[in-house]
Amino acid sequence: MLISRFVESIEPLPAPLPIRNLTVRSDTWRAIAKAVSAAGGRLLALWGSDRTRGASGVLVVSAAYALREGLLWLDLPLGGRSVNPPGYPDLVPFFPCAARMQRAAADLLGIIAEGAADQRPWLNHGAWPADGHPLRRDPRERSHGPVGEAIDYAFVRVQGDGVHEIPVGPVHAGIIEPGHFRFSVVGEKVLRLEQRLGYKHKGIEARFTELPPLVAHRLAGRISGDSTVAYAWAYCMALESVAACTIPARAAWLRALLLERERVANHLGDLGALANDAAFGFGLAQFSRLREDWLRRSQDAFGHRLMMDCIVPGGVASDIDSVTAETLFRQCDAIEREVVELRKVYDEHSGLQDRFMTTGRVSPELAARLGLGGLAGRASGQAVDLRCDQPHPPYHQLAVNIATRRDGDVAARVAVRFDEIFESLRLLRVILAGPDGGETRTPLQLPAKPALGAGWVEGWRGDVFVALELAGEPGANTIRRCHVHDPSWQNWPVLEHAVIGNIVPDFPLINKSFNLSYSGHDL
Amino acid sequence: MWRILRQIARNGIRTETAPACGDALRVQGPLLHQEVLAILGRALTIRQVDAGSCNGCELEINALNNPYYNLEGLGIKFVASPRHADMLLVTGPVSRNMEMALRRTYDATPAPKLVVAVGDCGCDGGIFGDGYATCGRVANVIPVDVTVPGCPPPPIDILRGILTAVRRGTPAAVAGETHLRGEMR
Repeated sequence: MLISRFVESIEPLPAPLPIRNLTVRSDTWRAIAKAVSAAGGRLLALWGSDRTRGASGVLVVSAAYALREGLLWLDLPLGGRSVNPPGYPDLVPFFPCAARMQRAAADLLGIIAEGAADQRPWLNHGAWPADGHPLRRDPRERSHGPVGEAIDYAFVRVQGDGVHEIPVGPVHAGIIEPGHFRFSVVGEKVLRLEQRLGYKHKGIEARFTELPPLVAHRLAGRISGDSTVAYAWAYCMALESVAACTIPARAAWLRALLLERERVANHLGDLGALANDAAFGFGLAQFSRLREDWLRRSQDAFGHRLMMDCIVPGGVASDIDSVTAETLFRQCDAIEREVVELRKVYDEHSGLQDRFMTTGRVSPELAARLGLGGLAGRASGQAVDLRCDQPHPPYHQLAVNIATRRDGDVAARVAVRFDEIFESLRLLRVILAGPDGGETRTPLQLPAKPALGAGWVEGWRGDVFVALELAGEPGANTIRRCHVHDPSWQNWPVLEHAVIGNIVPDFPLINKSFNLSYSGHDL
Repeated sequence: MWRILRQIARNGIRTETAPACGDALRVQGPLLHQEVLAILGRALTIRQVDAGSCNGCELEINALNNPYYNLEGLGIKFVASPRHADMLLVTGPVSRNMEMALRRTYDATPAPKLVVAVGDCGCDGGIFGDGYATCGRVANVIPVDVTVPGCPPPPIDILRGILTAVRRGTPAAVAGETHLRGEMR
């Protein structure tokens, strides 16, 4: 294939996975998008950067594509300050999921996807003036000045006999993150759902540039609390890529130990919550008990229930001793026994299955077209799992079995979670039974010149991506740009499709079965 | 059905109540129950508001409902509307985009309107600090009675924070906010 040969001709960055960076022109930008789309590749992320320095330099739009050959990171320079507003070819015709990312880039940097149908602001709810762009380097272009009233959002209206709207949020009825859902319904049936997100936008990408590179992994670990390990690993991978540093083998094994524990913790929590949303409180009681057991062992072994700050630049913060390893190993056995029993209960419970099956369906065709990724994608026939597709250390020695389903309903997303728990427990036992000891951290030497790096990790929700640019002044190496991408960007719009034709009371169940991140999306 | 019954029977009651073990987790349960009964009668209702957190605090607040902490068994319940709530449990930092929603939630809450800010970010802005998109700590937006530091604070600390706020009674009697770290540890 043409795109494969093209990609493989580019020198990869020093990283555990094949990640390549290339600067392109506007026509190549469009041609590659078309070729990647035709070859079945995914658009992983789209973001902008300000690479101006005084009067020189340019604004840049970047795209990251996931291909069989690895990750392709394209930079398209948009010209200097003379072009206003700087524009680039719209990617929505090839990748519908680009729409919101393009709107976010417009809010943050004032760069516009030319001809894009939807130009409504996305992250800016009126917190900053429309002509100010918080990620611009020139303070005058940021216009941090006094903020106005929250702006009205132009929701798409559904008209017709008996159609009415149900607005929900941003403050939700449960203990969950804020966001707004606008349902257009007839009776109980949902005709249309439109999401409005961005309520949690707290300027994380601007904050990155204020932190020293060797400290910013702590911020990365707080982008989405449920994926703290995945984000910390992705950020550290990007930083290690910049420094061309290879982490010790033991550190890679421990990182996988943390990541798989995070996956199990989240799946346990979700399986309980999903049963609860189908009015089966027994499931919540049982699984929340297992999750608590799991978190307490994490606290004992790593000093933190969610394992925050355990992954550090160059490796991991600490090793575990053989007694702890034995305890964690035995816990895997104990949890597995319980989950096997509970799965039988779930499978045999007709009331529960009635709520789960055929609810919130996303067909494999729709999933492929809209770029549904991660766990939800695997439940809709998208066999994508970075641990299998690009097995970086230590996954190259673990031979991960991917879990997929084709039904694409709530039941399929439940089944994938069960399968992934068992697979992660298997991986954890392999890791814990393996050889221990050895270095857990390598000192990092950051280069004294501007440099790029990227990190890419399969978190429990999907693949997390970090693109990092260091300014590289000798003695004062700072972060010039750090873009972090959550798989929820791709999956939120698909949720709008998944609820069409379902009844309103099934929305919480469908939403929970995706369990997407607000914080990781809003940044 | 028999599987469900067997699972319930085999696991028994996991709620941690025994006060003899000396560990903080175990003594807090019954103490809290008495406090709540003494001050708020039969129940304390809480409306949780995520005003911009990373979701870490929400995970630990959710854990309060698991069988080990058994919050409802203590007479404390999370409710779906601020109009039904005695207390707001707020996580932060407060993003600019959530500022108005938080103020409106506070306005909709009937007295005594106790407010507990949870997590380092809710206490002082945390690692996110003040920026173009955040207002920082919760107290910058609404009056706060008690702050619970931690990133995120474990469930038992959140429980202590709730207890501390209840002890202080109505906000009218409160001169300033209490920092949990100072009072409890």
